[in-house]
Amino acid sequence: MTGGDGGDTTSTVASDQSEIDRLVEGVLAGEHRALARTITKIENRAPGYRDLVAALHPHAGSAEVLGITGSPGAGKSTLVDKLAKTYRDQGLTVGVIAIDPASPFTGGAVLGDRIRMASNVGDMDVFFRSMSARGTLGGLSTATTDAVTALDAFGKDRIIVETVGAGQNEIDIVRTADTVAVLVPPGSGDDVQMLKAGILEIADLFVVNKADLEGADRTVQELQEMVQLGGGSPTGRGARSGHHGAGHHGTGTAGSESDGRETQDHTSDGEDDPEWNPRIVETVANTGEGVDDLVAALADHREYLVDSGELDRQARERYAAEVRTLLREDVHELLAEEIENQGGLEAAVDRIVARETDPYTVADEVVAPVADCVRGRRDGE
Amino acid sequence: MSTEQTGERERRQIRCLVAKVGLDGHDRGAHVIARAFRDAGFEVIYSGLHRSPDEVVQAAVQEDVDVLGISILSGAHNTLVPKIMDGLREYGAFEDTLVLVGGIIPDDDKDTLREEGVAEIFGPGASMDEMIEYVREYAPER
Repeated sequence: MTGGDGGDTTSTVASDQSEIDRLVEGVLAGEHRALARTITKIENRAPGYRDLVAALHPHAGSAEVLGITGSPGAGKSTLVDKLAKTYRDQGLTVGVIAIDPASPFTGGAVLGDRIRMASNVGDMDVFFRSMSARGTLGGLSTATTDAVTALDAFGKDRIIVETVGAGQNEIDIVRTADTVAVLVPPGSGDDVQMLKAGILEIADLFVVNKADLEGADRTVQELQEMVQLGGGSPTGRGARSGHHGAGHHGTGTAGSESDGRETQDHTSDGEDDPEWNPRIVETVANTGEGVDDLVAALADHREYLVDSGELDRQARERYAAEVRTLLREDVHELLAEEIENQGGLEAAVDRIVARETDPYTVADEVVAPVADCVRGRRDGE
Repeated sequence: MSTEQTGERERRQIRCLVAKVGLDGHDRGAHVIARAFRDAGFEVIYSGLHRSPDEVVQAAVQEDVDVLGISILSGAHNTLVPKIMDGLREYGAFEDTLVLVGGIIPDDDKDTLREEGVAEIFGPGASMDEMIEYVREYAPER
């Protein structure tokens, strides 16, 4: 059993197992309640959640995943609502995961993104789930990835992950997405300066929302300058297919999209650059203006991802990162157990403080039995 | 109370939906409750104003909440609450959702609502601590 909870009696393990089977069945059969409960299990890291995700994994992989981030009040939720509506009009099903901060003191949270989902009321084919940024750092991105897997296996065509973009944690979260859109409200000149640092690398699209407000043109312009400056940045994205650039700009969808608005930033289409240059799209999420352009730009990016092989490369990278994270967590737990066995961390710290030993020695002492065991087993085979 | 709870529910987080149904625009109470629940360490999803019973059901099912708090001050509880209950049953969420009603409910209607499956009714003057205590005690085991 991979769950790793040794304290359970056999009977509860058995009932957990049948519950897991029931949930997997339910999710694959399209039961909303089963999907909701599955995500709860994932969030709570309830016993058996790993088996649950493992069972769903073979059934996932067909959804297109979009990450949306931006400062508070940029209009993310409203835009997500309009996007979901547009996809629904196209006959596609949608899953949304909206992440809000939790109080670091009480762990409590008010999750308010749901209020904005006004266009999709009563439409069960939009599955909207609020999550709070509870728990430890890094844990949330695991939970998000697993929740995306659940929505994917359920059969959602489009999955949107929405989060307030503030730090590394959020960047990790939106990285679970194939395409990342960063919302920039108008008049955030200084914010744009700040964005340069981290967000530029992860944004496939910039959305200047509230484009009817004063200062929108200027923001667009600033973003354009930034994108052009960063155009040759050595991020390594899409460096594989040398012949791609011309192909994707020549396609019908890309062409018609660029006619639509003057925000196209590809002034230098001539150069044979396989990289995707972040697009800039203007929207007014309130009225739905520009949402079609955004959908078109998202489709273009998808096409680029598929054509360039970037989609597969990203997926591989994501899985590798996921395995690494899980290994770290599992080994961490194992070692916590071992340190408990050796008298506990506090006792070790006491000895360190008394200068009887040092942190390196303590770490070595804890790891040694584990390493011996692993090596012994490997050599034995 | 905390002695029993912390043991069993180490990672368990109580999730609540605070819902305003129907045509009543008074949400001060709902806001205050949402905040108090948050400060008690619960995750609170607030529905916003003027929700239809369908929307409330959709939210309760998708968010998989332990507790559904319905705030009604319009007097339409006898119509709206049963609709929500039916919806919860339809999606198999009736059994393990604790449904609470807050607002102005005449005594005569309280029994009817309880028969419908409402666990508790909190009227004007109910204390915040009392409600939080109630939720902690009766939030369904899953």
